[in-house]
Amino acid sequence: MNLFRNVVFIAAIAGLVAGVALACMQAFATVPLILKAEVYEQAGGGHQHEHAAAPAANATSTDAMSSAAPAPTEAAAPAEDEGWAPADGFERFAFSVLANIVTGIGFALVLVAVSEFAGGIGNWRQGVFWGLAGFAAFTLAPGLGLPPELPAMPAADLTERQIWWWATVAATAAGLGLIAFRKSLPLAILAVALIVAPHIVGAPQPNSFETPIPEGLHHQFVVAVTVTNLVFWLVLGAVVGVVRGRFTGTATGLRDSFA
Amino acid sequence: MNSASVSLGATVSSQSRFTQLVLSAFLGLFVIGVVGFSHIDAVHNAAHDYRHSMAFPCH
Repeated sequence: MNLFRNVVFIAAIAGLVAGVALACMQAFATVPLILKAEVYEQAGGGHQHEHAAAPAANATSTDAMSSAAPAPTEAAAPAEDEGWAPADGFERFAFSVLANIVTGIGFALVLVAVSEFAGGIGNWRQGVFWGLAGFAAFTLAPGLGLPPELPAMPAADLTERQIWWWATVAATAAGLGLIAFRKSLPLAILAVALIVAPHIVGAPQPNSFETPIPEGLHHQFVVAVTVTNLVFWLVLGAVVGVVRGRFTGTATGLRDSFA
Repeated sequence: MNSASVSLGATVSSQSRFTQLVLSAFLGLFVIGVVGFSHIDAVHNAAHDYRHSMAFPCH
């Protein structure tokens, strides 16, 4: 498991650096907008969030067993509370930072593993291009159909959206890979079809778009999310390139001890 | 991949190489899945701001 260990090592460093960077950017760019939206959420009919969230959470759990039945979720809604949540302030911030770092390592694992199949990220510049591809697959493509949403914004069934999200990521990544690594026109055409297909199918949309959130606030949030994720992916790719470069630079001498 | 100096874990066989890379990719997807996509309320609430900030489907 020599290779696996090296991949995890590089991903851990890159994910840590990029995750901390993303958490800092979020603290200034996106979280203030989320908090503002929560004010609208509470102002717009008191418990709206709780009422909207609890049946949704319920519906998704019952969906797994049977097709959607609104009646039992109505009945269960008052009993269902939202469960444990971190206290506002430091605790909430700390969990956000933790989530950023942990998933940063997760994204880095995927990035390093996939790029190794294509020969590996050799330096920070190659890493930047891999980062752009990651941004396109994980943020840009799913964000077209499912724009970043603020609390109190209407949305379709959670599970359906999650399936569409993952399918879009997979199709976009496969398409980009075909374009970048297969020098064949038919495959390039297939790649474009793969990238376009999820948007022809269309993301699950809510029944009504009515929301107390001002359009301006939402637009600001979409920009903030997209830009912070772009920087996150560029940093992630570049750090993978740097760390991996150091690793393989010494690995030629240390290879016997690694083996 | 064919040149040892530009490859991680140059000494592993291609079969084992494939397995290990797929394993790392799935480990990464699993981690993202748990933190960003789990339906468990406590996990959702803990990473709430993160999920919104990543444009993950939420609520």
